Amino acid sequence: MNYKSPSPIAAATPDAWCSLVQSRLNQDEHIESWLEINLDAQLHFSKSLLLITDARLLAFNDQLITEHPYRKGISIERHDHGGVGHLELFEGDVRLSHWFYTLAHNVQATRFVKQFEQQLTSFVTGNPVIAEAPALCPDCLTPLTDHGDCPLCSDTINAPPSTWTLFRLWRFAKPYQWQLLSGFLLMLASTAATLVPPYLTMPLMDKVLIPYQNGAPIDFVTVTWLLAGLLGSALLAWGLGWAKTYILALVSERLGADLRTITYEHLLRLSLEYFGGKRTGDLMSRIGSESDRICVFLSLHLLDFATDVLMIVMTAIILFSINPWLALVTLLPLPFIAWMIHNVRDRLRTGFEKIDRVWSQVSNVLADTIPGIRVVKAFAQEGREAERFRIANHHNLQVNDKINKIWSLFTPSVSLLTEIGLLVVWAFGIWQVSRNEITVGILTAFLAYISRFYSRLDSMSRIVSVTQKAAAGAKRIFDILDHVSSVPEPTHPVHLDKIEGRIELKDAGFRYGNRAVIKGLNLNIEPGEMIGLVGHSGSGKSTLVNLMCRFYDVSEGAISIDGVNIRSLPVSEYRRHIGLVLQDPFLFFGSIAENIAYGKPDATRAEIVSAARAANAHEFILRLPHGYDSQVGERGHGLSGGERQRISIARALLIDPRILILDEATASVDTETEKEIQKALDNLVHGRTTIAIAHRLSTLHKANRLVVLDKGEIVEIGNHDELMASEGAYYRLYQAQARNVDTDLTDAGNTIQPEIKTTL
Amino acid sequence: MINFKLIRNQAGRLVFTENDTSVEHVVPVRAFPIAAPGECISLTDGEGHELAWIEKLSDLPADIRALIAEELACREFTPEISRIVAVSSFATPSTWRVQTDRGEAELLLKAEDHIRRLTHTALLITDSHGVSFLIRDVEQLDAHSRKLLDRFL
Repeated sequence: MNYKSPSPIAAATPDAWCSLVQSRLNQDEHIESWLEINLDAQLHFSKSLLLITDARLLAFNDQLITEHPYRKGISIERHDHGGVGHLELFEGDVRLSHWFYTLAHNVQATRFVKQFEQQLTSFVTGNPVIAEAPALCPDCLTPLTDHGDCPLCSDTINAPPSTWTLFRLWRFAKPYQWQLLSGFLLMLASTAATLVPPYLTMPLMDKVLIPYQNGAPIDFVTVTWLLAGLLGSALLAWGLGWAKTYILALVSERLGADLRTITYEHLLRLSLEYFGGKRTGDLMSRIGSESDRICVFLSLHLLDFATDVLMIVMTAIILFSINPWLALVTLLPLPFIAWMIHNVRDRLRTGFEKIDRVWSQVSNVLADTIPGIRVVKAFAQEGREAERFRIANHHNLQVNDKINKIWSLFTPSVSLLTEIGLLVVWAFGIWQVSRNEITVGILTAFLAYISRFYSRLDSMSRIVSVTQKAAAGAKRIFDILDHVSSVPEPTHPVHLDKIEGRIELKDAGFRYGNRAVIKGLNLNIEPGEMIGLVGHSGSGKSTLVNLMCRFYDVSEGAISIDGVNIRSLPVSEYRRHIGLVLQDPFLFFGSIAENIAYGKPDATRAEIVSAARAANAHEFILRLPHGYDSQVGERGHGLSGGERQRISIARALLIDPRILILDEATASVDTETEKEIQKALDNLVHGRTTIAIAHRLSTLHKANRLVVLDKGEIVEIGNHDELMASEGAYYRLYQAQARNVDTDLTDAGNTIQPEIKTTL
Repeated sequence: MINFKLIRNQAGRLVFTENDTSVEHVVPVRAFPIAAPGECISLTDGEGHELAWIEKLSDLPADIRALIAEELACREFTPEISRIVAVSSFATPSTWRVQTDRGEAELLLKAEDHIRRLTHTALLITDSHGVSFLIRDVEQLDAHSRKLLDRFL
């Protein structure tokens, strides 16, 4: 099929280059592909454009245009280092030209190179280019654009979270909306009840006290009614206030609990990459104290604030109904205070965010030092660690001092405004009384109202800081919740009930930061086959295994199982097919039986015991005082490395996985124990697709094929004999180990081979 | 004392010659790219094995020094931020427009902890594509940049 881009030039190239490109093209020359790159030869940021047509390669930048017509002997190479990609165009041994770009353009560059090679081959051989099926996005299976982006997925990741973070808590509040509504109605009623007493001071003053001063007797019936009214409204406000606070506190506590659980659940689903980049202390404080802070904010501060706002609105209505002019004067300072609150808000928020970050720095120092305490003590660096903590603490102090400077000024200023406000009311009130526009009772009522009113404003001003603190906390929690797992769940998952265990790696590549750890790796593993991964440390063995487990996703290429891309399988469903035995087995807090049954909590006792038997663990477990019910801690107190390892093998056996991964399973034990473990492993390996990493080559004797890795690339594949015969990288590794065995076991240099054979 | 030769061949690769043996595709590597960029440079072959160790660039003859400097210039890519022009938001992910010693650039900061404190005044910022941006001295930045940066520290 002859594939020609049907799109006109204007649509194909970026606008900025369009006219320049057009002026250089011959008639009926087709643009096949383009690549915009962002670095020049000295690695300065500057844009240029590479363009391939059906006849040549063109490079445009601000100053000059170079062209390279296709001809025999031309080739292009792409590699990268330290975040910079490098394209080199050769003719034979001579470099014609080269270009740099940052890795932001890497996917496009890879595609560009491929297209260049296709065009070149087509030009040289005269055969038309074969159009490929469009690549699909691994996450949502939408066809990708020409530049390797998914039109659906790519935009969502880079949008910053909204500043109205607190409103996002509504998601958690929704299940409690009816309780929230009843709480709100109670709040309305109780606030109204608290506003009754000042209103009653009006008749008390005008109808009772002032007539009495003017000589009239006191009307005891009216007084009794008024006093009863005061008492009644106080009791009503008390009861309603209790119910309101109780209901809303209940809701907010549940909300906080939900928030914690959901955040933790989300955190557990994030990829290993996320945990690699975060500190434990920081994550702990986010889930623990931040959610608590939000909870206190909702149950206490927000509640108070809502009550206050209601009170202000109701008071304003009452005041206006009594005397609009006096009401106007009373409420005059309000906008001014609101403006002041608003002004300070921004400063305080950034300050509190900063305090949070500094605070997590302090706890990070602790989280760093305490697990490493043996190293600290061994090198006698207690003083230095103490100093590090002191500095972090001092930094915390400085930041707090700075924000307290603003904060401490804020509260007295509001008090001052209150006093001034009262003064204005007094002055205007007295003037009105003197002109007989209002009674003394009305003035008293106004003063009673607004002294409450202003005292609320004062406490309302506190909402600024607590809201900011809570918003900062909410932001830090939503940082976790918004973090899209770099190992995303597929949108249209494919379910595989049974798998055979055929694994295919196609052009798999992975980069950690800007370092390519795995490069263009191709490997097919048959069901039931055992593969040994061999190579120096740092050659990418563990990374490869992590990719197969989908702890990380490949950055290029694909890994598929039974012909299905592992990205389209639900993550947990996929991992259920994988048994993993690590170098340093992790035992959770609990009994041995629970640890064995970790991957299958509903396993019967018989299953647990038979798994333990197969793992050669049964007998030593029986020797423990509490047998299978013996308690073990996080590092498995009291158990030796080999014993712990056999428990973790039993754990892997119990879930009966089709794919088994052994990551240096015998590296941390002595030779004798290794043999025991090896026996257990042989049971485990039987009939499963197995990928084993071993530093000690002797442990891979059962492997069908050995794959030798170097710098993230496969250098050799074959069984032991073949690889020894070819005298390549494996041979050298083997010889190097044989020499070690030699010095360990015997002094005679020429007995190396038999010595090895016995361990094989 | 220098007893090797270094030339650039037609393929644009550096060729290292010592005692009549030549190695092609030589790569100079800075051992302390941030702490001591002008000292401690290693010449390695394509496989990463060390061929020669250079204590100080200034000890070398001018032609070799120029070759190494040239090669380093297009290998080492740590733009130094001289000014932060604007940031898209104070919450991450945030896109920064910055001026660097290598021209104006944009970087996408994915999380606050991608800013790492190297020393008291130096910061290393890693963007979403793995490019490291350096701020050698925070106190040398102008007030505007410092204010923006402060929101992330």
